Amino acid sequence: MDYLSKLENQSIYIMREAFNKFENLAMLWSIGKDSTVLLWLARKAFLGHVPFPLVHVDTTYKIASMIEYRDQLVKEWGLQLVVGKNEDVLKSGVTFPNGKATRVECCGTLKKDALKAVLEKHHFTGVIVGVRRDEEPTRAKERYFSPRDKNMEWNVEDQPPELWDQFKTDFETGAHIRIHPLLHWTEVNIWEYIERENIPIIPLYFANGKGERYRSIGCWPCTSPMKSNARNVRDIIEELRATNTPERAGRAQDKESEDAFEKLRRDGYM
Amino acid sequence: MQTTAPTEQLKIVIVGHVDHGKSTFVGRLFHDTGSLPEGKLEQLQKIAERRGVPFEWANLMDALQSERDQNITIDTAQIWFHTRKRQYVIIDAPGHKEFLKNMVTGAANAEAALLLIDAAEGVQEQSRRHGFLLNLLGIRQIAVLVNKMDLHDYSQERFDQIEREFRAFLKTVGLEPKIFIPIAAKHGDNIASLSANMPWWQGPTVVQTLDEFKISELPKDQPLRFPIQDVYRFDERRILAGRVEAGTLRVGDRLLFSPGNKVSTVKNIERWQAAPRETASAGESVGVILTEQIFVERGSVATLETEPPYALTKIRARMFWLGRAPFKKGKTYKIKLATQEAECHMDSLEKVIDASTLQNISRPENDQFVGRHEVAELYIRMKRPIAFDLHTDIVALGRFVIVDGYEVCGGGIIIEDSYPKRTSDGLHKSENIFWSHGKVTARQRAMRNSHMGCVVWLTGLSGAGKSTIATELERELFNLGKHAYVLDGDNVRHGLCSDLGFSPEDRKENIRRVGEVAKLFAEAGIICITAFISPYRSDRELVRKMMKPRQFVEVHVDAPLAICEERDPKGLYAKARANEIKEFTGISAPYEGPSKPEIQLHTDKLTVAESVAKIVEYLHMQDASAEVSI
Repeated sequence: MDYLSKLENQSIYIMREAFNKFENLAMLWSIGKDSTVLLWLARKAFLGHVPFPLVHVDTTYKIASMIEYRDQLVKEWGLQLVVGKNEDVLKSGVTFPNGKATRVECCGTLKKDALKAVLEKHHFTGVIVGVRRDEEPTRAKERYFSPRDKNMEWNVEDQPPELWDQFKTDFETGAHIRIHPLLHWTEVNIWEYIERENIPIIPLYFANGKGERYRSIGCWPCTSPMKSNARNVRDIIEELRATNTPERAGRAQDKESEDAFEKLRRDGYM
Repeated sequence: MQTTAPTEQLKIVIVGHVDHGKSTFVGRLFHDTGSLPEGKLEQLQKIAERRGVPFEWANLMDALQSERDQNITIDTAQIWFHTRKRQYVIIDAPGHKEFLKNMVTGAANAEAALLLIDAAEGVQEQSRRHGFLLNLLGIRQIAVLVNKMDLHDYSQERFDQIEREFRAFLKTVGLEPKIFIPIAAKHGDNIASLSANMPWWQGPTVVQTLDEFKISELPKDQPLRFPIQDVYRFDERRILAGRVEAGTLRVGDRLLFSPGNKVSTVKNIERWQAAPRETASAGESVGVILTEQIFVERGSVATLETEPPYALTKIRARMFWLGRAPFKKGKTYKIKLATQEAECHMDSLEKVIDASTLQNISRPENDQFVGRHEVAELYIRMKRPIAFDLHTDIVALGRFVIVDGYEVCGGGIIIEDSYPKRTSDGLHKSENIFWSHGKVTARQRAMRNSHMGCVVWLTGLSGAGKSTIATELERELFNLGKHAYVLDGDNVRHGLCSDLGFSPEDRKENIRRVGEVAKLFAEAGIICITAFISPYRSDRELVRKMMKPRQFVEVHVDAPLAICEERDPKGLYAKARANEIKEFTGISAPYEGPSKPEIQLHTDKLTVAESVAKIVEYLHMQDASAEVSI
């Protein structure tokens, strides 16, 4: 079996375990390449169906074409979409683009708190998330089935053992489990798979006329494009095989302090 | 620049005693193979400078704050690097004793291991424990790196001494490393290039050794094992979802589902957005549609009829324990094996081993347990049969984890024992025959049959489903290799009780006679299933009193009157309403439901198969607790 098929089959197995074990399951969809690949894998796992809702946390600062692309796929693929938004903070205006919060504080309220609220509202006990170990060091420590306690906190020092594809599926009430079917994929694997499967990906990832493209997408005030002439999936694969620059280099919130991202994740960020 | 298809990838784990230099080694390996992200080295050097501490290679891996403080890697961080040959996923397993569960997590997912030993400190407790566990976790490709050679004058004598000592130990646990290599991770000696400091070492380097390791192959030529993960009905198709763990599945294969011994044929193999193929091999997650619909659920293992797994309630295993609380005799746990789950407990403990010294630990008879970080050989008993194989035969069906409360606390592999052989028709009693000396006892009969004789007494309104369930239950038990027989209301009334009518007195006598006959069947070792309305509580209590404890299993087949009347399979309700039948239970005569039946079946909510499964489960548990089933 070739390497991409191995990755694919393992992710399908994990998603099917999650679907069997959680009554109230949802999947986070950031509109980015990873969670769109995840969505494709869900359709593989469930033979064309997506038998759970997708949650999108909307900060209202997302790059405009992301929302258009989202709504279009929802319609074409017949998806159930749940949108989470921190209306209170947006109303009060205490955000980074308004100059009233740091980048990390802004991520904390508009993403992390909004996510927490939407999970609570719908009583989701299992949430499928498209993070990968090679993205950044704290994600490298993740498990496929990763528990979050009642306060959504992640106890990284005391994680359950995970062996032989037997996952943590028993937990106290109030806690929830994050499921990470893409944990073992690398950034270049994602693109190789997009190429093989011909998955429709938001065009922000491809170089525009000015020789720039987004390598990682998020809110416009904190995400910047990189210099690149990669105009299609094949170009991106070749570019990535040659680069040593980290994937989240264009994400400003990671750099406010040495452990900014780690703190966000311990508190429940995806 | 590569433009070829995705390259192969090898997963490796790095283990060894705490402070023997694993993180430093990984940092250096990354640097020396040109795999570091741009700016990472400079960033960490700057941080070290700002804090006024010397730069440590280990910090590349230990990205978390808490680790930098303790200088211990606390989890299996996975990272990627390339050699010219291929890509590697490297798992920096920590050496601190507290974090053994992380080492196990890392190693269980690896295909090869590097075990580091400090040349100055030599072989330590964790060096031995990790060696022992690698073997238990099934890792066979191992290289031992003798690190910090710079602290021992790059001495060949020291290196040879460590190799001799550790090789001897590993041999006793059945492990043979491919090679020992002297290195000084901090300075890059013998990592990617040969060291000028050790002219006596002619190679290979660590990188060359890694490139020699082989990618583990999926066992597609072994006997077929397809554990059912789930059953989907998203549309008109009923699809069995699962991953082929061993062998190859083909359209047209006649499949045996264990435990339970049901049989059906593969009609189609389902995939989405993939070229249709008539086979699926080890590693593939697919969906299967069967030609004949049978009741199969998650946990069932599909195999070919000619190559069945074992399906028993007791296994012999070698197990390691990671839980804070020990694995104790008398406590109930959950075992997970492939997609099966069952309640289980320690049956008997053969030996407990200290994994670092290999000494047997003796425990008093009345205090049998496996403590944290200990390894044991023991028997585990399940409340119901599970399908399994020996770990040496088929890995995926030969290993399991144990859950204590909410946590996975242990894992193990199934080892040789005198398991009764399975034949394809599921009659697996041949090597388990009990000889009787003198009068044959009920227990001897039960041991011979692998089940106790008993009476399954179905009571409920006409139309509640008693006869249907009785017939299905009989068939199911028959297919499980058990002796079962149905006493049905209609067949008894034509013979044994042909002199009786439907007055309360006659009904009472009818039930008494049926009770006596059922009792004789049970004494003869048969599971006697009766399907009578038996509306009066006192009559049923009379029958219960005839029998020994646990011999009488009262099952309330319970559906609301309105539903029974709607079903009206024999048109009796209509006649009763029209007053053509007198004293009809539910209409013109009372029905007294049992107050404490052994089993309650709400047949308006359960399918026939589900109802039958509940009764079978109850009987299994009763047999397991009486220790008559194997």
